[in-house]
Amino acid sequence: MPQLDERFLALPLRTLSDAALSKAKELGCTHAEFRVERLRQAYRSFRDHVLETTADGQTLGLSVRVVHNGVWGFASDITLSTDSAAHLAERAVATARVSRPLTPASVELADEDVYADATWVSAYEVDPFDVDEATKTGRILELSELLLVAPGVTHATGILGYVHENKYFANLAGTSTTQQRVRLQAQLTAVSVGDHGFATMRTTAPPTGRGWEYLTGTGWDFEAEVAEIPELLAAHVVAPSVEAGPYDLVIHPSNLFLTIHESIGHATELDRALGYEAAYAGTSFATFDQLGTLHYGSEVMNVTGDRLVDHGLATIGYDDEGVAQQQFDVISGGTLVGYQLNRQMAAEKGFGRSNGCAYADSPGHIAMQRMPNISLQPAPGGPSTGDLISGVDKGIYIVGDKSWSIDMQRYNFQFTGQRFYKINKGRLAGQLKDVAYQATTTDFWRAMEAVGSPDTYVLGGAFNCGKGQPGQIAPVSHGCPSALFRKVNVLNTQAEGGQQ
Amino acid sequence: MNAAASPQDFVERALSVASEPCVLWVTEHAEANLRWANNALITNGEMRSRRLTVTAIAEVAGGTAAGTVTQEIAGAEDVDAVVAAAEQLARTARPGEDASPIVENYAHHDAWAEPPETTSIDVLSEVAKGLGVAFDGAPAARQLLFGFAEHSVATTYLGSSTGLRRRGVQRTGRVELNAKTADLASSAWLGRATRDFLDVDIAEAVDQLTTRLGWAATKLDLPPGRYETLLPPSAIADLMIYAYWTANARDAEEGRNVFASGNGSTKIGQRLAELPINLISDPLYPGLETIPFVDYTSSGDETSWAFDAGLPINATTWIEKGVLRELIRNRAHAARTGTRPTPPADNLIMDGGGTANLQQMISRTERGLLLTCLWYIRDVDPERLLLTGLTRDGVYLVEDGEVVGAVNNFRFNDSPIELLGRITEIGAAELTLCREWNDYFNRTIMPPIRVPDFNMSTVSQAS
Repeated sequence: MPQLDERFLALPLRTLSDAALSKAKELGCTHAEFRVERLRQAYRSFRDHVLETTADGQTLGLSVRVVHNGVWGFASDITLSTDSAAHLAERAVATARVSRPLTPASVELADEDVYADATWVSAYEVDPFDVDEATKTGRILELSELLLVAPGVTHATGILGYVHENKYFANLAGTSTTQQRVRLQAQLTAVSVGDHGFATMRTTAPPTGRGWEYLTGTGWDFEAEVAEIPELLAAHVVAPSVEAGPYDLVIHPSNLFLTIHESIGHATELDRALGYEAAYAGTSFATFDQLGTLHYGSEVMNVTGDRLVDHGLATIGYDDEGVAQQQFDVISGGTLVGYQLNRQMAAEKGFGRSNGCAYADSPGHIAMQRMPNISLQPAPGGPSTGDLISGVDKGIYIVGDKSWSIDMQRYNFQFTGQRFYKINKGRLAGQLKDVAYQATTTDFWRAMEAVGSPDTYVLGGAFNCGKGQPGQIAPVSHGCPSALFRKVNVLNTQAEGGQQ
Repeated sequence: MNAAASPQDFVERALSVASEPCVLWVTEHAEANLRWANNALITNGEMRSRRLTVTAIAEVAGGTAAGTVTQEIAGAEDVDAVVAAAEQLARTARPGEDASPIVENYAHHDAWAEPPETTSIDVLSEVAKGLGVAFDGAPAARQLLFGFAEHSVATTYLGSSTGLRRRGVQRTGRVELNAKTADLASSAWLGRATRDFLDVDIAEAVDQLTTRLGWAATKLDLPPGRYETLLPPSAIADLMIYAYWTANARDAEEGRNVFASGNGSTKIGQRLAELPINLISDPLYPGLETIPFVDYTSSGDETSWAFDAGLPINATTWIEKGVLRELIRNRAHAARTGTRPTPPADNLIMDGGGTANLQQMISRTERGLLLTCLWYIRDVDPERLLLTGLTRDGVYLVEDGEVVGAVNNFRFNDSPIELLGRITEIGAAELTLCREWNDYFNRTIMPPIRVPDFNMSTVSQAS
């Protein structure tokens, strides 16, 4: 079981916190939060037989956020000294003063228990930063070589990224938490160039809240997946172009997770529903007045939010407002029943308590409401993926994510994938290409006839979900089973564009 | 040496402790922002950081390797640690294909000795006052105001073991103002890029948005289809930036992007547009000044610049009179192909010699759509650079030279490269702020354009 990093613990966390919070209190703040964060990031990219990019980064800094005369103020810096910490409290109050004329309503925060000296470490085995460089690059190149030696593969690319995150948080109420988590992403892509033009096929291994063990057999079998890719790519290259029209879709979790992310995850962020993101990320069709009544999807649709599932990318013990991890319902039996909250919105809308969705991606950024792990629940005793396919007369089975786009109220979306299989009378009948599916969110989820059994469930996710201004990124997981959707509009992408 | 030391001192310290050839840069960054929604401020902040990036070069079995480490630094101990980490990374890395010698010293006119420039929340005080007035007036106008204002100043000090010393300043400001009717049924947006906020007038911006919301008083529904469309400079900026981020020469030669022409050749020399369109980047372009040397390890098109930090960035003409003239390549690839390196600058200027403004283009439109901006743009088919995305914040129907109302939003599927060949009119280029990519790309001059058949694939219910 990994322990909190001694080098992070050796920082003067409590001394800095005391300096900042005592200054905030002295200046009359009714609420103050202090964070020290250290974010270690590594990125490697590979092109054919060689390592192309070797870049490591570390962000270490501190921040103070206050409520002063009912107004938020925030300031951050990189100097870990008591003078700097106290000065940040002053600067945070200064920004609150500038903002006061523009803030008609006083900030109120939902209550939360105090967690003094709490610690939490995520469920990983081997910190990738502790693995020697040759082993790490050698592993990706080894997998890449498996692609390059295969017939029909002209080029191969790979990426490896991993993060080690430490957060210290303290507030005037007395909560102080020290946390650590690790996450990793590895992808390999085979490229075919020929008379057909060029085509690609990428692994579907999701990013995960695991360590280096993910690349050595725990949680994913990279060898097995990479071994299949050349043949899948070759079949894709010669596949017929899809005929546009309505199709029944069986969607594998490696594709469906992203549809969940875009059409449920972002749509049930309460800050969007309240308009805080209206000028940028957008709002949501799932407006607050529809809580408890919106017919989001079919009766088999049950969606939860959580920050506690093992290996979830959004999993953490306490959020960046000091709220303890929870699981909560978002959609039950097809009806909208919950939103993602932070403490301010929980108070504003009378929820009593936040469900712990505040997150800042760095010490220099304000904690905002970010997505927890949002997951579609499987049906106990439900069908296998094969069972779902067998129930389709004319359809398409979709695997892997690729292109995605959705509008600013989360109505209209369009997704492609890594591969598409024609379903003919309940059986797979080879690949198709040039496929994109388009739908309106509620039409799509209401057309979900069945969800697969727990055996079909996969925890997918995204490493870098963007939101907010200044822009912040957040890692988030989405678990889901395979699922069957009836009569979804499918485009032929070759027929799109200006060519008539 | 402590946090009060100058960035130049940190550069010299890093070079003095380096045992491998290296190039490194310290970036002092200051930023202030305001964000508002529903006629009230929602967040604000003032942030400062000092980051050191070190790229160390090491001879390893089979060739030359580079290792890059970036970290915030507060004192000498941090500097030493970053240098050591980069050297360790380089020594243990595999050799790179893009290895080139560290850029040699060369003459320039940078003010190396000058201190870093900065900013603070005070830069936004006039914006805050303007917003205060606008917020007061919005309820009576039955409007809700949303938006974001940000000012950042980055000063970069680059040094190398070859004696090169360079200093560059990048001042970046943006304000986005979004007005919606109180029922959220209509939306209008306006964005401005600014270096110092002295040219930002919130009242004037609100007036423009009010005019647009007035256009939307009449609502019309239109089906999907291919429409004659006027794309304003902001929308063109988002599309051209995507094309810029795809302009990788090596990928094109390997047949792996839209600029490939088969059998190892590229579309360089081929005509992309019938109209005399020029597309250039130039770090010294007046009003769009940006860092004139490479201070990145990879560019948006994924070309690796790990061995090229410090290389001067020159003006590059990517498209000249409609003909593709250049693609992005680093020094190693330039050497392999007998060409010249073409590092991209952080700005993009498109001009076709047009003189008409958008209003004049509207006035000579018989029937067509006028867009405000584009959103959630992603590639669907990289072979054609087929992109999808949404219209946003106002799509207007123009008939007989006048805006007659607002129509529904659409999802589009179209390719900016194919679009270049279908432009029938190009207006006067102007400073603009793109909508989708302005987090990353702030400096653009673009014209409005007319195309006869922009592909609106489906209707979006979003308002």
